[in-house]
Amino acid sequence: QKKNISLRLTMEIVYVYTKKRSEFGRQCNFSDKPAELHVDILPDPSLTDNFIDRDPCDVAIQCTQEMSEHEVNTERFDCEPCGINHVEGGWPKDVNSQEMEQTIRYRKKVEKDENYVNTLMQLGSHMEHCIRQNNTIDIYQEYFEEEEIVEEMEGQPSAKTVNVFRDPNEVKRTATSLSWHPDGSCKLAVAYSSMEFQKVTKDMSYDSYIWDLENTNKPEMTLKPVSPLVCLEYNPKDSHILIGGSYNGQIAYWDTRKGSQPVEMSAVEHSHRDPVYKVIWLQSKTGTDSFSASTDGQVLWWDIRKMSEPTERLVLDPSKKGNLDNALGAFSLEFETTMPTKFMVGTEQGVVVSCNRKAKTPAEKIVCTYSGHYGPIYALQRNPFFPKNFLTVADWTARIWSEDIRDSSIMWTKYHMAYLSDGCWSPARPSVFFTVKMDGTLDIWDFLFKQNDPTLSLKVCDEALYSLRVQDNGRFLGCGSQLGTATLLEISSGLCTLQKNEKALATAMFERETKREKILEACHREMRLKERSRSEQSKEDEAKDGEAEESAEELVACAEREFYEVVEAEMKKRGKDDKKEKEKYEGKDGCKEKES
Amino acid sequence: MLEETLKRIQAHKGVIGTIVVNAEGIPIRTTLDSSTTVQYAGLLHQLTMKARSTVRDIDPQNDLTFLRIRSKKHEIMVAPDKEYLLIVIQNPSE
Repeated sequence: QKKNISLRLTMEIVYVYTKKRSEFGRQCNFSDKPAELHVDILPDPSLTDNFIDRDPCDVAIQCTQEMSEHEVNTERFDCEPCGINHVEGGWPKDVNSQEMEQTIRYRKKVEKDENYVNTLMQLGSHMEHCIRQNNTIDIYQEYFEEEEIVEEMEGQPSAKTVNVFRDPNEVKRTATSLSWHPDGSCKLAVAYSSMEFQKVTKDMSYDSYIWDLENTNKPEMTLKPVSPLVCLEYNPKDSHILIGGSYNGQIAYWDTRKGSQPVEMSAVEHSHRDPVYKVIWLQSKTGTDSFSASTDGQVLWWDIRKMSEPTERLVLDPSKKGNLDNALGAFSLEFETTMPTKFMVGTEQGVVVSCNRKAKTPAEKIVCTYSGHYGPIYALQRNPFFPKNFLTVADWTARIWSEDIRDSSIMWTKYHMAYLSDGCWSPARPSVFFTVKMDGTLDIWDFLFKQNDPTLSLKVCDEALYSLRVQDNGRFLGCGSQLGTATLLEISSGLCTLQKNEKALATAMFERETKREKILEACHREMRLKERSRSEQSKEDEAKDGEAEESAEELVACAEREFYEVVEAEMKKRGKDDKKEKEKYEGKDGCKEKES
Repeated sequence: MLEETLKRIQAHKGVIGTIVVNAEGIPIRTTLDSSTTVQYAGLLHQLTMKARSTVRDIDPQNDLTFLRIRSKKHEIMVAPDKEYLLIVIQNPSE
């Protein structure tokens, strides 16, 4: 047996045990030996030079509870606030609260109670202190009222969306009109209808809603008309009454205390024959008068107490003959309570008709017309500070007019890329107005600041915006979109607080522009007169020809002739110039080439 | 003595009415008409309870001593007690 111990430098300790082959199979002879030290590896301190201490040692330990994550969405909890009217106190069982004797007896009993007397004495003295305090000094007095807090312009004008009210129905309709509750900004009435011809489906709802501004989940009240409402207005005198004009031409009015059904509707045979695009409440003693306009060419006056037929009727015939076939379709109405006898109608044909309600004959009712737009006038409003100037919104521009100038507006915005669908003045600042466009943007214009572009332009939504209404404080505005979404926006205070000197500057601006237009009008008139007198002269010369009027074709032929003459003359002139240039050039080079 | 105190309170400048209500909400003494009294008694009782519980929720050692409601038209002052409420409506001098 050979034992072979080898200690290799690779630190592998091997113990080899060998046995001769001839000895295989022999039995084992065990013997006892004292312990032998085979390998003793002493520590080698030089090896520590290959290592450095690591301090600190990062050891990760995981010792947590096992947890799992779940999400739960509960069904929305519908809560309705309601109150109980406490009528009579908690009388004890033996006292009949109706019986005067019993109640008096009970009261007298309580008054004799010692506890009662002591308590009341104490409370009384405390109360007297406060009463005297109130009488001595007003603790809520404004101390520095005279000093006006001068607000610096906080930089950029801005607007932010406060709330969004979506049409709760599956099939969305356009929010065509908005009306603010007359007492402050707490409720908004929105009229919904589908304005696309024949797009109405069977399951499209006819309802319009009144929204409470705090609650966007559910409208506060539903109005159920017979036909979808195109326009809706709160009565400024009585905040419970609303009047609406519907798609089928009828007018209906609601009382919010009486429920969702209209209190009364106008008779179909006496109503409009086309959708009613605008209805406005009039200023009257009874507070029940209103008037409506529709594209059927009529303006009808109504008293809501008797809706069976209109109280007055006006046909918008510019030839003043009351001919319905000739009439202009009305798209918007304007009425200012400070001028109750006048009103204006914006038509489909792009003409604004100014009317006088108190005229004796129907022919005199239509006073004058203002033309200048290319498409239906969707919005028409007088400036609340300068009633002689009014704003119209139509086609791709918004225009400001002066009552005195009939042929053209005095100021206008540039032509936009999208159709403008609604607009209104700010009730707080005379030079600020708002417009909405079919590409879903809201523009806020401040004409004293900038006339080329809106001061602020916001993209409210991706679909077209159809209606706009600013609240009386000038701070909040609501816009309605094609998919029935009414967005409530708040604008920065700079855009709704009257600036220093603003009225004077605005007056100066309007007067200046009006004057400019007047001068232009005078110029045009002069030119026309000159033309007329010249053409009359030429007519006299042509009297031999026997043609009194130049027909349109002749004018065109004449214009063509003149045009070609001018072109040929230009070409000849250019040919001569070219030749001259070439000769000069060749002259420099030194070679001579003669051109024939 | 009590009568004098109450009469004196009522006689102060600007005081419109005085009501004494017990813990059940029954008006014991009033200088206003019965329907107004019942309305004030019921509503202010509930409000005082709410105010008291609010004060005590925030600090259990605290308690409501007086409640004043200033409105556009007048001031309603409520002096509460465990059993009774003294309510005075005053139009502060302006």
